[in-house]
Amino acid sequence: MEVDQLQRSFVEYSRLLFHEGFLDGQFSQLQLLQDESNPDFVLEVVSLFFEDSERLLNDLTIALDQQNVEFKKIDAHVHQLKGSSSSIGAQRVKNVCIAFRNLCDEQNAEGCLRCLQQVKQEYLLVKTKLEALLRERHDKRVVHDLNCGFIFQLEQQIVAAGGAIPMLNEFC
Amino acid sequence: MGGGVATETHQFHVLAVDDSIIDRKLIERLLKTSSYQVTAVDSGVKALEFLGLLDDVDVDNTDSNSHHHKVEVNLIITDYCMPAITGYDLLRKIKESKLFKDIPVVIMSSENVPSRINSCMEQGAEEFFLKPVQQSDVNKLRPHLMRGRKSSQNHKRKPVEECLSPDRTRTRYNNHDLEL
Repeated sequence: MEVDQLQRSFVEYSRLLFHEGFLDGQFSQLQLLQDESNPDFVLEVVSLFFEDSERLLNDLTIALDQQNVEFKKIDAHVHQLKGSSSSIGAQRVKNVCIAFRNLCDEQNAEGCLRCLQQVKQEYLLVKTKLEALLRERHDKRVVHDLNCGFIFQLEQQIVAAGGAIPMLNEFC
Repeated sequence: MGGGVATETHQFHVLAVDDSIIDRKLIERLLKTSSYQVTAVDSGVKALEFLGLLDDVDVDNTDSNSHHHKVEVNLIITDYCMPAITGYDLLRKIKESKLFKDIPVVIMSSENVPSRINSCMEQGAEEFFLKPVQQSDVNKLRPHLMRGRKSSQNHKRKPVEECLSPDRTRTRYNNHDLEL
């Protein structure tokens, strides 16, 4: 089937994301930590990132909406977001967080609001792209699994018909 | 098992402390790729609780060999910036503890602050890792773990030495034997 094709587009898409700066080397590190015993590691970490980020962005929105803006609290939230985006390699989100923290230091409420909009935007961008990337990988796996299933059935039929199974190259 | 030198074949156990769920997952995975057994907690308080060092369960002040079973931890790796008890506070408490002062402690931080790094090293941290932590950082843990195992094996031989074994006549310069 189209495993090769999907594999190629997955690699190309990853490259594009790195090239455009959405993801940095840390994301590659995550991919390296994934193997047969932990096949969903990247998906799990990225899902945690989505949950965590959405919570933080929500808290930030509320905090900046207050009469008396508590910059220390906002800084703490941004620090967390910076940390988690850095840990998964979401480079552009991380960079906006760095700028955001500077604005907190300056106690610049208007600047913070603008930064919040920017970080939300960057977050949504990287989220969309990560979801697409993971979907491709999932599809590639589905195709791979389907292929293996198909081959297994074929093998069974051959054996049932009294034949020997020919040697295959590593398809599964 | 027979006599002779018993080689410790069970895994090293690492206690990981980080309030970020993402970083906890990451460090746990990194440690597991090195075949370490991992306990991951989300706060310094939980870490102290796990070690039995919280005030009401103070293992340190109970008789050794009494009912309290000292938890077996070979290394503690902790984030620096945490609410309530920071990684630095945790490091200090561990170094002040009779039972755990010799356990290697490693600090992780997203911020490269030289004064922070210095104070942690002065307080007895073995390493300071900048986040995001890499496999190459985790590879640096092994010598600390091996050293810890070696010294705990020496401790286990102690009861025999206290019964006037010939080894006693050898001059030693480590702290334990200066009790003479």
